[in-house]
This record gives sequence, C-alpha cells and structure tokens, in this order.
Amino acid sequence: MVRYVIKRVLLMLLTFFIIISACFLLIRLLPNVPAQQFGKDMSLVLQRRVRQGLVDSAGNPIPLMSQYWHFISRTLIGGDWGVSESLYIGQDCMQIFVSKLPSTILLNLYSMIFAVPLGLALGIYAALKKNKWQDHVISTGVMIFVSVPSYVYAFLVQYLLCFKFKLFPLVMNSGTKYFTWSMFHSMLPAVLSLSFGSIAGFARYTRAELTEVLTSEYLLLARTKGLTKAQTTSRHALRNAMVVIFPMIIGEFIGIIGGSLIIENIFVVPGVGPLYINSITALDYNFFMLLSAFYTIIGLASGILIDLSYGFIDPRIRIGSKANGKY
Amino acid sequence: MANINDYKNIPADKFRFTNNRSSSDEKFKTKQLGFLGDAWIRFRKNKSSIVAACIIAILVVYAIVGPILGSTNYTKNLKDTTYLTYTKLLPKSKLFSWLGWDGCSKSQIAEANYVYYNAITQETGYDVIKKVYSTETTSDGKNLYNVSIDSYISNGFLYMTLTQEQYEDIQAWQDETGLQIIYPAITTKNVKDANIWYEADAKGVAKLKNGQLVDVYKTSGNDGDYHSLRIAGDPGLEDATAAKRYRYATITGDSSSISYKCRVFKYTYFQYRYGYEPSFLFGTNSLGQDIFTRLAAGARFSFIFAICISAVNLFIGAIIGAIEGYYGGLIDLILERVMDILNGVPFIVVATLFQLHLAKKVGPVWSLLFAFVVTGWIGMASSVRMQFYRFKGREYVLAARTLGARDRRLMFKHIFPNSLGTLITGCVMVIPGVIFSESSLTYLGIINLESSTMTSVGTMLANGKDYLASYPHIIFFPAMFIALLEVSFNLFGNGLRDAFNPALRGADE
Repeated sequence: MVRYVIKRVLLMLLTFFIIISACFLLIRLLPNVPAQQFGKDMSLVLQRRVRQGLVDSAGNPIPLMSQYWHFISRTLIGGDWGVSESLYIGQDCMQIFVSKLPSTILLNLYSMIFAVPLGLALGIYAALKKNKWQDHVISTGVMIFVSVPSYVYAFLVQYLLCFKFKLFPLVMNSGTKYFTWSMFHSMLPAVLSLSFGSIAGFARYTRAELTEVLTSEYLLLARTKGLTKAQTTSRHALRNAMVVIFPMIIGEFIGIIGGSLIIENIFVVPGVGPLYINSITALDYNFFMLLSAFYTIIGLASGILIDLSYGFIDPRIRIGSKANGKY
Repeated sequence: MANINDYKNIPADKFRFTNNRSSSDEKFKTKQLGFLGDAWIRFRKNKSSIVAACIIAILVVYAIVGPILGSTNYTKNLKDTTYLTYTKLLPKSKLFSWLGWDGCSKSQIAEANYVYYNAITQETGYDVIKKVYSTETTSDGKNLYNVSIDSYISNGFLYMTLTQEQYEDIQAWQDETGLQIIYPAITTKNVKDANIWYEADAKGVAKLKNGQLVDVYKTSGNDGDYHSLRIAGDPGLEDATAAKRYRYATITGDSSSISYKCRVFKYTYFQYRYGYEPSFLFGTNSLGQDIFTRLAAGARFSFIFAICISAVNLFIGAIIGAIEGYYGGLIDLILERVMDILNGVPFIVVATLFQLHLAKKVGPVWSLLFAFVVTGWIGMASSVRMQFYRFKGREYVLAARTLGARDRRLMFKHIFPNSLGTLITGCVMVIPGVIFSESSLTYLGIINLESSTMTSVGTMLANGKDYLASYPHIIFFPAMFIALLEVSFNLFGNGLRDAFNPALRGADE
C-alpha cells in the first residue's frame, strides 16, 4: 500500500514536472514583453526577472535552455514565481495568489456544505421511493441540473434572486472580512449556482448505487433477520453504497480549491478564477505560470486521492495489485 | 478414362448428394437483424431518448435553416446595424403577441421618462406606452408609472446624414406610403438626444409650459426645399413657402457634396430601408443584430465545429487505441504515459497556449480546434484500447490468425467492431462537451470568435451578460439553446449507451 502511494505520488510529480516544463518553454517561446513597456515600478520587475534568471543583468533575454535551468532551480525548487508584470505591477505573484485563495476556498466550501447532505438525502429518498412519483420528480430534476451548464443557472439565479427579487447583491463583496454576515449573504448566489450541479451529481450517484445495493441478497437476509427497513438501509445498504460515493466527495473536496472559473467570473468573486482569466487577457505570464501549475497539481492530486480513497473505504479493493481492474 | 490420381480436375458430374439434401443451411424464419437494427430496437423503447433525439433534430434543423429563414435585407446588411443602432429590441412575434411576445416590457418609470416617451408618441403618432397599469406617488411627491413600453417605438430617433439622392428618395417614399421618416430639425444645443424635440434642461428633463411641451423646431435656414409630409402644427402645412415653416434638415457641406443632417424615425426608416415592418422573433442584441439568425449561425458553427472535432478524435483515437491495445507492451506503456500527461493538463491551459501561439497564424477557430484535438482523442483511445484488451485473446481472433489474417485485418475487421458501440456513444457525447467547453472559453474571453459574419453561442452569452439585468432576452435565448442542447444530448446519450450495451440485451427495464 505505502509503496503504491509513493509510486503514485512520484509519478504524479513527474507528470507535473513535464507539464509545467512544456508550459514554461511554450510561454518563453512567445515574444518576451519588454519590461520597459509598463512604465512605473519597472526596476522592480526587471530586478525580479534577473533574480529569476530569465534575463541577464542588462535586461536582455538569455538562451532558452539556461532560462529553463533557472526556472527549475529558482522557481520550481526555490519557489520564486516572480512579480506581476501587467496586472499588479511589481507585486509578488505568490502573495497575491495567496491573498485571493480564501474567497475561492470559502465559496466552494460553502457550496460543498450545501451540496453533500442535500445530494445524499435526495439520492437516498429517490432510491427508497424507486419508480414512484417522488423518484421520477427527483430523477428528472437531477437530469436537468446535471446537464444544464452551471453558468446557465448562474444567470437565472443572478437575474431572478439578485435582480428581480433583490434578495442578494449582484456581485460578491470585496475585501477580506470573510466571516461576516454580509459577506456570506453576498456569497450565497454564487454558492447556490455552484451547488446545484453538485447536488444533482451526488443525488444521481447515490440513487444509482443505493438501488443496486438495495436489491442485493444480503439485504433480504438482513430484513429476514428482523431488522427494520431503516436499519438495513442505514447500516447495510448505505455503507456499501458509500464505496462509490465517498471517493466522489473526496474528489469534489480537492476540486473546491480549484473552484469554478466561470461562476467566479459571473459573480465577480475576488478569487483565483478571475485572477487567472485576467492574467491570460493581460498576458501576465508569471501569473499564468503560477496558476497553471496550481490548477495542474490540483487536477493530478485529486485523481490520486480518489483512487486511494477507494482502498481506504473498502478493504476488499486491494490497490496496487494487478487484479484492480488496471489493465 | 482420365488419370485417377488427378484429383484436382474431377468432373463435376461425378459428385452427387448423399441423400438428396440441399447443401445450403436452413433459411432463417425471421428477418436478419444487424448490429444497428438491434440497437435501434432497444433505443426505440426508451421514450425520453426519442424525445431528446427529436429535440436535437429540431435544434439541428434550426441551425441549418435558421440563417436562411431569418435572412432578410436587414440581416444581410451586416454593417447597417452599426449606424442604425436599432438595439436591444425585445422579442416580438405577430403570432404570439397575445402571449406577451409583443416587443413590450413592463417597467416602472419616473415622471420625466413618462413625459419623454409621451413626447415621441405626440410627435410620431406611434404609441410608446402601450398601457398604463397604475400610478404611484412616492413619499416625496413624485409620480411613478407602471407601464408597458414598446421597445420598437421607444428606440425613437437618430441623427442621420443623408446625401442629396437619399434625401430625395426618402421623400418620394414618404409621399408614396404616407409614413413619415424625416421629422423636423431642432435647434437645441444642450441635449444630444435626437428624441428631445422640446425645451429641456441639460439632463433632458422637459420644461413644461402650462403642462404642454414647447417645441424647439428649426424655423429658419435652408433645408433643400423639403416637399414631403409635414407634421401637425407645421405652418408649412398650409403654405409650403411660409417663412416660419419647420425645416426638416440641416445642410452641411458645400454645393458639390451637399449633405443633409436629419432626424430620422427608426421605426419607419427601417421599413423604408429593408422593406418590412421591424419585428424580431428573438429581439436584437446590443449591437442591433437579429438574435434569431445570429443564434442560428452560432449554433451552426458550434455544431460543425463539434462534429469536426468528434470525427478527428474518433480517427486518431481509434488508430492509437487499436495500436496500444493490440500490441501492448512498451508501446502501450509509452502511450499510456503520454496520455497521462496530456490528461493532466487543464484544458484551459491547453486552449490558452494554443491561442497564444497559433491564433495569429491560423486564426482562433483553428487554434481552438487543435486544442480540442490534442487532448480529445484520449478518451476515444482508452475506450478502444479497453475493448482490444478484452477481445484480442478470444478464440475467434486466434482462429482468424490461424487462417492467416494479418495484424491490420485482425485489428480493424475482427476486434475493432466490438468497440463500435462505445465509440458511437462517445462520439455523440463529444458534441455537447465541445459546445460546452467552447462556450465557456468564449464566455470567459479567452477566445474571441466574434466577427460580423461569425459568432458562437458562447460569444452571444458573453455579449449578453452586461445586459442581464435590463435586457435579459439577449442572454436568455442563447442560454436556453445551450441548456436544451445539453439536456437532450445527455438523454440521447443515455439512450444510445443502453442501446449499444449488449449487457442489457433481452433485459427489459
């Protein structure tokens, strides 16, 4: 098990390294934006470029492979991602990124807090009422919410709740007072829009798994032993259904750090998503590199965690052995 | 007698059936059922998938014929929209006007706006305010009106600079139809709004005199001998040469290139210019473009784009997956690692990098297409690979190999058809995925597919988001289109998956 985890993590780091190297080289192949172009605080940008080893002390670009070497040693290992060159000129990328992180995480955490219990509850209810009208209503709703892109109901939420009925402000509050009521209130539309999809996803998986488990023979045995329906469902069926659902929750939890670019954009959340989009439109390559690395590592890590969580929750699944469906 | 050992040339008449039996197999009592026919039978049972397929068909037909059906003089003259600025018109349909689909919107307006709109009505005779539901008086004594406003009329006037020919032509058209386009020129300097033909302050709020608007029509100067329809109250109505008659144009330029600056009423000008009364089924967007044709064009682009990507992915994925799955070993290992790496890159990063590198050279569409292809084949390849692993050890493959079939034949004739079911489902599901990704990327502004002749659904969403609060219809129709498309493709895909999944064969739900 431990060997398998180590192997997976090392492989992940290798994959990450290759991706980020390709990214770096592709970005550096683009015409370099001369530091003088930006006007103020240029000495800072220039100094930082020199420190990162992208240019020589006179400000001229050095050969690509030396840049790459400096990138590995100073950025990947040393953690110096440079300063913003067009968005927040002269400010440290890492600092800005870290300052943006809380609102993204908080937003997605709230949406998870909404989505997991609600999704599970709906799924369980639908499974217990299989093929009755309650199930049909829930399944239809789930179908719609799973397929319709989240931005469509983000628009609906924004138009109906924020504009028509004026229940919430149109965009999220800026600032850093994250745990005040007004901040939470302003976050709610985004949280709602984010959680609809997750609720539907959880409900769908829970229903599918639970209906399968509910028809199995050991449940019949449990009922014949004299357990009530509630007991069999909660103690036997749900636990087994969780084998599939729990990794999904784990995956979502990792995903919450990544957030949703488009929802954050619609509700003007002062988070990582809009920062990334702005860095692309403003051609702020340092930010682009940092955030690309961030999103890449989140994607890779969530893949590993999902795989591992199968093994943790269900000892029957022996990870790393050949029989584990890995061809 | 021929050589008895010449068994290669035994005459046919030496052969006979042992017991008069025909040599052929027994004929099938039932009709033969092919792979697709079988799938179709199962697919038919799934009602929601059938409905979804119909909706998809309707959307596709809309994408194909929409730009043709909706094509009018207005939509063809793409550049016109920029100067006519007949913008943000609400959806209007003659057929469904009783449903509230009449180009009007309910809103609450203040006294000043109420006067403003009524002034347009007073001058032109067209009702801006279709209905006054109720009036309220706020605590500080201001009147608020709950009214229904016709967006087609409330758009009002614009200043237009005409040449001598156009000026004459419009006058001739006015005489012929009795509809007035050109309204008297005005003298106010402090307001730029062409709708304000009365005395008003700098903010455009009317200054009333005895409860009446005071006109500021121009009564002096040359207007090139305007000789067509005049508005009521014009002294020129009785005597076309009266000194105090209203002037209908301001002349600029010298006599060689004379131009007339006129106040033009958009509603009638539209009829003059394009030959039909303005009525847009889905309304117009912030640039005055017809949303119906624009959306159809965007849908058409999105469909073609997605189908191309699906086809390319299928092609690449099938070949790579087949090679991987069939040969296994080192090739498989290497390709698996490559796929892992490509899979690890967030799509937005791929799209951005392609955009930065290729967009200037080959255009945004091609660069986006490459970005989709670079990562898109992986899913196809792995499903093909899985099927190959499942089937390559089967006896029938061994039999075919024993009979001398070559690798290529084994791969594509014998093993590959087994993955057809999943591939078809996969291919279909690529389409909504691509449309979703494309619309997200264009919405976020990473890719710009907008031009006067081309658009995509995502672009329309992005353009509409600024008007979400005031003109929701601009974003409503593209959003509805995407929502409908995704839901029906999902249902359709489910149906296909069930139909092609042999595990369900014979099992009734």
